[in-house]
Amino acid sequence: MSASTAPSHPRVGPDRPQGSAGSARRAADWARRAPLLPALLFTIVVTQLPFVATIVISFMNWNSYYPQDRGFGGVDNYVSVFTNAQLRQAVVNTVVLTVTVVLVSLVLGMLIALLLDRKFAGRGAVRTMMIAPFLVVPIAAALLWKHALFNPNYGLFNGTINAVWKLFGSDSAPQVDWLSTAPKIAIEVSLIWQWTPFMMLILLAGLQSKPADAEEAARMDGATSFQIFRYLTFPHLRQYLELGGLLGAIYIVQNFDAVFTITAGGLGTANLPYTIYQTVFSAHDYGLASAMGVVVVIATIIIATFALRVVSSMFKQEVGR
Amino acid sequence: MSTLSVGGTAPTGATIPGTNVPTSRREQRARSMNRSKPLWTVLAWVVGVLFVLPVLWMVLTSLHSETDAATNPPSIAAALTLDGYRSFLSAQPVAPLLNSAMASVISTVLVLCLAIPAAFALSIRPVQKWTDVMFFFLSTKFMPLVAGLLPLYLFATKTGTLDNIWLLIVLYTSMNLPIAVWMMQSFLAEVPGEMLEAASIDGAGLIRMLWSIVRPVAMPGVAATALICFIFSWNELLLARTLTATVAGTAPVFLTGFVTSQGLFLAQLCAAATVISLPVLVAGFAAQDKLVQGLSMGAVK
Repeated sequence: MSASTAPSHPRVGPDRPQGSAGSARRAADWARRAPLLPALLFTIVVTQLPFVATIVISFMNWNSYYPQDRGFGGVDNYVSVFTNAQLRQAVVNTVVLTVTVVLVSLVLGMLIALLLDRKFAGRGAVRTMMIAPFLVVPIAAALLWKHALFNPNYGLFNGTINAVWKLFGSDSAPQVDWLSTAPKIAIEVSLIWQWTPFMMLILLAGLQSKPADAEEAARMDGATSFQIFRYLTFPHLRQYLELGGLLGAIYIVQNFDAVFTITAGGLGTANLPYTIYQTVFSAHDYGLASAMGVVVVIATIIIATFALRVVSSMFKQEVGR
Repeated sequence: MSTLSVGGTAPTGATIPGTNVPTSRREQRARSMNRSKPLWTVLAWVVGVLFVLPVLWMVLTSLHSETDAATNPPSIAAALTLDGYRSFLSAQPVAPLLNSAMASVISTVLVLCLAIPAAFALSIRPVQKWTDVMFFFLSTKFMPLVAGLLPLYLFATKTGTLDNIWLLIVLYTSMNLPIAVWMMQSFLAEVPGEMLEAASIDGAGLIRMLWSIVRPVAMPGVAATALICFIFSWNELLLARTLTATVAGTAPVFLTGFVTSQGLFLAQLCAAATVISLPVLVAGFAAQDKLVQGLSMGAVK
C-alpha cells in the first residue's frame, strides 16, 4: 500500500535490470487502472461521441425536410442562434430561469435548513414534509401545478381565494389566470418548490457537520446569533452552498419537463432545451438545433467553471490521501 | 406567514445584535432562547406544511370524484372514492410502469457495476492524476442531455433501436454514471487508510480486504448512490419521450400522453401522478438520511 502512493515512473534506478522491473511496474500500473477503464470507456463512448456529432452537425445546413440541401454551412447556425429574436429570447429565458430558480431555492433552502437545524417537537416530521416536493416525479409535479394549482377555474390557488372571500360573504373574489398573467413566474415557482428541498437537504447536511464547540465558545464569549451565523455558520456553509448551486444549475439549465408541460414554451417562456426539442422534432432543422445544443453546453461550462473552483477546494482536503 | 405573531411573542430582537446592554448575558440568552423557541418551531411547521401541501392536494384530489375534484371553492370534505385510480388503471398503465421499473433498476445495477470498481481505482488504490479523472467524469454532466439528443435520435433511427427499452437503459446508465463515480469515490475515501495498511501487513489479500474492510464502510454509500440513480432514471422524460413510443414508453411519457389523449380529468390525472411518484416517494422517505448523505456526496466534510 505504501509503495502505491509513490509516482511510478517506469525504469527508475540505474542498478535495476531495466526490462523486468519496468514491465512489472507497468503491469502493476495497468492493474491499478483496469477497474477504472470500463466506466471511463463507457462514459466516453456514450456521452462524448454524440456531442462530437452535435458539433459536426452544428456546422451543417441540414433540415430533414430538404434532404437535397444538406451540406457545410459554416457558422450560419450560430449566427441564427444569436440574431434570431426568438432564439435569443430562448437564451435569455434559460439564463433567467436558471439564475432565479437556483438563487431563490438556495436562499429559501438555507433559511429552512437553519430552521430545521434546531431541536424541536416534530423535527423529523417537518423534514419529511419538506422533502416531499423533491420526490414527486418532475413531470407529475409540472402537471400538478398546471392543472390542480394554477388552473383559473378550479385550481387550488383561485379556489382558496374564492373560499376566503366567501368566508367574508363576498361572491366577487378576484380570479387570476396565473399562467397567462405571469407565465415565467409560474414556471419558476413550481421549480423553486421542487428545488428548495434539494438545497435544504444539502445545507442541512452541512449544518449538521458543523463542529459544535466553536459555536459554544463563541456563545460563551457573548457573540450574538447573527454574529455566529455571519462568522462561523456561513463560512462553513459556503462550500455546501456552492455545491448546491453547481448541481442545481447543471440540472435547471437542462429543464425540459416544466417548460414543456406548464406553458408548452408559449407566452415567451421557451428555454433552450425546449427550443432544441422543437427545432429537432417540429422544424426538423438539425443544424440549427445542434448549434443551440453547443451553445447550451458552453453556457453550462461557464457556469460550472465558476463553481468548480470551489469543488476543487473540496478536493484539496483529500488530495493528501 | 401571519403566524409570526402567534402567542403574542415579544419582538424578535433576540436574534438580532442587541443595542441594549444586558445585565447578565447568559441569563438574557437563556430567556431569549425560551422566548424565540415556540415561534421558530411554529414557523418551521408552517413552512413544512406549505411545501407538502401541493403533494397532499394531489393525493386528496386523486381520491375525489371528477365532479368534486374540479370545484371552486375546493371541496375538501367531499366523499372519498377510488374512481380516479380505477380510470387510471383502465388506461393500461402496467406496461409503461414496467418499462420504467426495468429501465431504472437495470441501469442502476449497471451503474453500480461500473462505478464501484472505478471508485476503487480513484480512492482505495488511486491511479495517478485521479483528480483529473474525477473532473472528467463531472464535466460530462456539464453537457446537457439535450445537446446529444439529435445524434442519439439519428443513431436510434439508423440502428432500429428507436422505441427499444435497452437503448434507454444504456443512456440512463451513462447519465448517472458520472454522479455515481463521484459519490462512490467520496464514500470509499472514508475507508481509513491505516486499517487497509494493517490488514495488508497481516497478510490479507485484496479480496479479503475489500470484503471485510471496504464493504462495511461502503455499503451506505452504495445504497445512497443506487437510490439517487434510481430516482433520476425513474424521473427522466426528455430522452424517453424522444426515443420511445408505444412499446418502450416509460411512466413519465405515459403521464404526458395521459392528458392530451383523453382530455383533462383532474382526479384521474392526480391518481396517475400519485401512482407514478409513489416508488420514489416511498424509497426517498425510507432512506432520508442516505439521501442527505448522497446529495452532499460525502465529499464536503
